[in-house]
Amino acid sequence: MNIQPLQALHSYLWTLPKSKNEARAEILLYGSQPLLASMDDKVLEQIANVAALPGLVGAAMTMPDAHWGYGFPIGGVAAFDAEQGGIISAGGVGFDISCGIRCLRSNLKLADAAPLLQRLADRLFATIPAGVGEEGSIHLNPQQLDQVLTGGAQWAVKQGYGNPADLEFIEENGRVSRAVPDNVSELAKKRQRGEMGTLGSGNHYLEVQVVEKIYDQPIAQTFGLQEGQLVISIHCGSRGLGHQIGTDYLMMLAKAANRLGIRLPDRELACAPIKSPEGQRYLGAMNAAINCALANRQILTHLTRETFNEIFPQAVLETLFDVSHNTCKEETHEVDGKPRGLHVHRKGATRAFGPGHPRLPQRYRDSGQPVIIGGSMGTGSYILAGTRSNPAFASCSHGAGRAMSRNQALKQWQGKTLIQELLQQGILIRTRSMRGAAEEAPGAYKDVDIVAEVTEQAGLARRVAFLRPKVCIKG
Amino acid sequence: MSSSYFEHDADIGIIGRGLTIEQSFEAAAHAVFAIITNIEAVQPLTGIEIEFEEADPELALVIWLNQILGKSRESGMVFGHFYVHRQDDHWHGKVLGEPWREGLERGVEVKGATLTMLSVKQIGPVWESRCVVDV
Repeated sequence: MNIQPLQALHSYLWTLPKSKNEARAEILLYGSQPLLASMDDKVLEQIANVAALPGLVGAAMTMPDAHWGYGFPIGGVAAFDAEQGGIISAGGVGFDISCGIRCLRSNLKLADAAPLLQRLADRLFATIPAGVGEEGSIHLNPQQLDQVLTGGAQWAVKQGYGNPADLEFIEENGRVSRAVPDNVSELAKKRQRGEMGTLGSGNHYLEVQVVEKIYDQPIAQTFGLQEGQLVISIHCGSRGLGHQIGTDYLMMLAKAANRLGIRLPDRELACAPIKSPEGQRYLGAMNAAINCALANRQILTHLTRETFNEIFPQAVLETLFDVSHNTCKEETHEVDGKPRGLHVHRKGATRAFGPGHPRLPQRYRDSGQPVIIGGSMGTGSYILAGTRSNPAFASCSHGAGRAMSRNQALKQWQGKTLIQELLQQGILIRTRSMRGAAEEAPGAYKDVDIVAEVTEQAGLARRVAFLRPKVCIKG
Repeated sequence: MSSSYFEHDADIGIIGRGLTIEQSFEAAAHAVFAIITNIEAVQPLTGIEIEFEEADPELALVIWLNQILGKSRESGMVFGHFYVHRQDDHWHGKVLGEPWREGLERGVEVKGATLTMLSVKQIGPVWESRCVVDV
């Protein structure tokens, strides 16, 4: 990104001065100078477009891992006030609605488990449906699917996929309200029938990781983390149902914006006022997709536990936290000293409530919410904690963020060779797609260490632990 | 008729070219499914019809691609042959392929066609259809 037009507010926060910003609202970009310079110019163009949308409150923001998306940049955060004509945008949520990461902590130590990791990798790969064209073993009838869409992870637990204790550590206790299955198209529902409990492809994964470094001992203790411990991260979303809702509503909202006279600087910002019939319909469908994603990660958690227990009968896997990074959530935030109900779009950005937030489980009330920055399959991931002073509507980076296009990655790496190289580093990759492996090469991503460090320095969250991958099941 | 790709940070830009607008749509679909599998290996065993109404050719491209992707997931099939015909605002298409089987290359799932970098235009004698697909 050409950072010449930007003005540094401090070392990790930049703005586009008003003279160069014809948009209505302020634009803020979180990140270090090198991180911003490495981003595509489109990131600035896209966030400037977001700043021009009606009813935006505060600033349109990008997180340190931002990159060029469609409509909103990935790593984009924007809050809208429904009472002031604020909008909801399908492009501001993303196609994979409620894509997110479930992190499980285990009672296993790498030192003890290492001899059986290869077997574990093979069994996880056999058990977890992953990759394009793969179906799960759960096939739901239309009534059951509607129950998923209103029940989320709570539905899954009731069916025996997991423990009631899991629910406390999932955003919204595993279920959002105001989901309207009737607002979800038949095609979207049909696409989901064979996809419950599947991982998908692209950047989705299930990783067995080792806690390699602790940054904040007291919070790590609260989170139940210690060096040498195995944890599991599951990264996936609402699968075919969410994708189809994104598709359906992108077109519907594009036409609604035109009808309602909303000037769209980019058609991909298709949106409608939250209070309009179209906005309400999308909200109902999006909430249904959030519940679908939460149920999906719950089922994958169950399959993971079953597989671990085959190989490690003494294994106990507890949910550390489950947080989504493609959502629009209704939340209360203080603006100019007063609490306001806002619809916060986080596209490729994670919620990061700080200490004391009433919507956090008691266990994390003093430490702040566990925040997960997922890495690429060869580097690592971070667990952070939300901060009280987060200035970005309690939002944070969600991953390393791509630094290179998929086409460029394909020219630079070969899947088989890459998997061999990672094996040499002690990382077992299991995938059906050599193309997918090459596109997801660790070198195609930003340096996750820098993203996590800058996230902390920008005051968005504080680092608690670094996780190194040992087994990665890729879609 | 030919297909190719253009750069996008996170996703993939697809381009279909042909002597008619319909041919460019068929080539765009070819570009999408070549991300999903080795398209040359897909056998045309089963056909599925696709119909929709849309006046705007650019929106029609997005609908066309998304309908095929939806049918692919709904039916558990992968497609390799694409035909589309337009009469005024009515689009009628047929796609041919087969259920996923062992031996078919697993590429990368395409979640949907987006409005990003969307364009359908004639350049000299050639129609070019392009957009970014979300993977």
